[in-house]
Amino acid sequence: MNRRSFLRNSAVMASGFAAIAAALSPLRELKDYSSMDEFLQKYYKELTPEEMQKVLKRIENQVEREYGLRPHVRDLRPMDGVEFVYALNLTRCVGCRKCVHACVAENNQSRNPEIQYIRVLKLPHGSLNLEQADHTYAPESVPEKGYFYMPIQCQQCKNPPCVKVCPVNATWQESDGITVIDYNWCIGCRYCAAACPYWARHFNFTKPSIPKEQINPDMAYLGNRPRRQGVMEKCHFCIQRTRAGRMPACLEVCPVGARKFGNILDPNSEVSNIIRKKRVFIQLKEELGTSPRFFYYFDV
Amino acid sequence: MRKAIRNYAVFLGRCARIAFVGDWRYYSWMGALTVVCLLGLHAYARQFVDGLIVTGMGDEVSWGVYIANFTFLVGVAAAAVMMVIPVYIYNNEELHDLVIFGELLAVAAIIMCLAFVTVDLGRPDRFWHLIPGIGQFNFPASMLSWDVVVLNGYLLLNVHICGYLLYCRYRSRKPARWFYIPFVFIAIVWAVSIHTVTAFLYVGLGGRPFWNSSIVGPRFLASAFTAGPALIILALQIIRRVTHYHITDRALLTLRGIIQVSMLINVFLLINELFKEFYSGNLHIASSKYLFLGLDGHHALVPWIWTAITFNLIAMFLLILPVSRSLKWLNFTCVLCIIGIWIEKGMGLVIPGFIPTPLGEIVEYTPSLNETLISFGIWSFGLLCYTVFLRMSVPILQGRLNQANEGVPATVAAAREITSTSPA
Repeated sequence: MNRRSFLRNSAVMASGFAAIAAALSPLRELKDYSSMDEFLQKYYKELTPEEMQKVLKRIENQVEREYGLRPHVRDLRPMDGVEFVYALNLTRCVGCRKCVHACVAENNQSRNPEIQYIRVLKLPHGSLNLEQADHTYAPESVPEKGYFYMPIQCQQCKNPPCVKVCPVNATWQESDGITVIDYNWCIGCRYCAAACPYWARHFNFTKPSIPKEQINPDMAYLGNRPRRQGVMEKCHFCIQRTRAGRMPACLEVCPVGARKFGNILDPNSEVSNIIRKKRVFIQLKEELGTSPRFFYYFDV
Repeated sequence: MRKAIRNYAVFLGRCARIAFVGDWRYYSWMGALTVVCLLGLHAYARQFVDGLIVTGMGDEVSWGVYIANFTFLVGVAAAAVMMVIPVYIYNNEELHDLVIFGELLAVAAIIMCLAFVTVDLGRPDRFWHLIPGIGQFNFPASMLSWDVVVLNGYLLLNVHICGYLLYCRYRSRKPARWFYIPFVFIAIVWAVSIHTVTAFLYVGLGGRPFWNSSIVGPRFLASAFTAGPALIILALQIIRRVTHYHITDRALLTLRGIIQVSMLINVFLLINELFKEFYSGNLHIASSKYLFLGLDGHHALVPWIWTAITFNLIAMFLLILPVSRSLKWLNFTCVLCIIGIWIEKGMGLVIPGFIPTPLGEIVEYTPSLNETLISFGIWSFGLLCYTVFLRMSVPILQGRLNQANEGVPATVAAAREITSTSPA
């Protein structure tokens, strides 16, 4: 190689590297990258109890660093002999959307952009055609004459299409009927969102932002711990509450008592009674064979 | 053994070196592609930092141009078999050497497919969760895991067939039939499978009536076997012009015959689908209404789909008429086919599936600038790969890059190439 070609090649190489460096320059702003521990973290179902403890500690530290308060993150497992179902009284619901906002506060959802697990539809009397629904109704006061309201959230299907399609098993159904997501395993392909007939799955298109003073420190690994950018989330029947013997936040806040929740395997539970006694109840989009654990009923 | 490895290393080294040698046209083409690639890389770095929020996608339309292009390109890749079948099943000698150009196009198309899927991931850093053995691979339940298997398998099959045939040519050796013919036949079946599996990705979703239709698979294949060979016809003519590689008009017209039949089937299947959707008129046609007519004042896709249908119909008539035997008209027809099918199968299939949402809400989708730059970047990268593959394989097929002339610097070989006009 002579001097001239050496100089020329070096110049070409240098400008090539400079161009690549310039192209990659936005990476300098990368702040939300995961630590090595997080990157290499094993699949939820393969973690030993000791490893799980370490993971929970790490998440607590992360939350403390980011939001300035120490949360309590638990790995709550399903209870034996329990299968949760939800029942919602369409005669009572007034469409106030208190459940929507209680859910956001309880489950540490991103406020900007805001992610909501519950969508309340306003439908004209006499029709269940969702294409006629009003999603953005905002009258002075609810309820409005001639309409009824239908809150829709994850239906916790017995045959969940979202679980079937996930290429990495990042979402699965637990023995108490709750379909959960391992936020540390999800690769963000959004196939589950395409598969869900209830539009229950919501994606973190950017880093979630939650004001520090609004963080709920009572957290569960498969539940309401803060999520990262690029992963899926959805309603999990407030795992951090219901697996510890409490009611979901949406139920507690409902001013008209339209929401009922409990163990269908217990014949004396309120939900068992409702399913047994109410003459009409609806499983949304029953024809798809998803078999929801979320029942809509009427006072008739 | 050591000698074999050395020979192979020399072969790879010479191939790599020749990729950097060419005339001014080659340099300006490659330079332009590199610039667009870097723009795309820059846009992707932005997306990597800020998340998919920099795209036009949202919870309502959660897949966009990335998956649309992915779907189209799987078809292009699958179409390589439409050159393989005449050669290996009907012993069409005219197309024999050209098969390699078709298969190399398949390799480039699969590389683009994998890139489009990767940029669509929210957590690309966790791609290892997909690797069987170390990750969790939801096989056979998830159609996406099937897609990972068939696409990577198809890539390996084609790399093997092309690589082996080219290396034999380089060594002036007759290829051992047992070492590639079985793979050729596997690849034929496999090509059909990659596009069928990609169709099943959509078809399997019961909650999306627009996709949940058994005609999607056949339509995918018919459109793929139209757009793919159309792309190959154009590519072959460019190769013929810039490299003096001998390609007969009859070879091009054989491909025309394939497009002719495929396009007729494609239009026929479209009519089937339209009839079923609109004649029965049940509640599930909202997406089709949105696509073809517009829904409640939203009609972003209507001009696109009618452009696609017009192009496809014009192309179909031109293909039936003898006028498309002239290359000028054939090329025009091919361009119509490619654009028409890209719209129909990309945006026209993916986006309406999400509109309205399962809860009946209508939110439209337009790709953002950042998203568009990434898409152009990946297309450029694919073209860059294909150009490099051709830059390596044409001299090998012409016998100018051969083990016999080892040691001759690539620049000298290139100088010879510009002056040589005779076919190999």
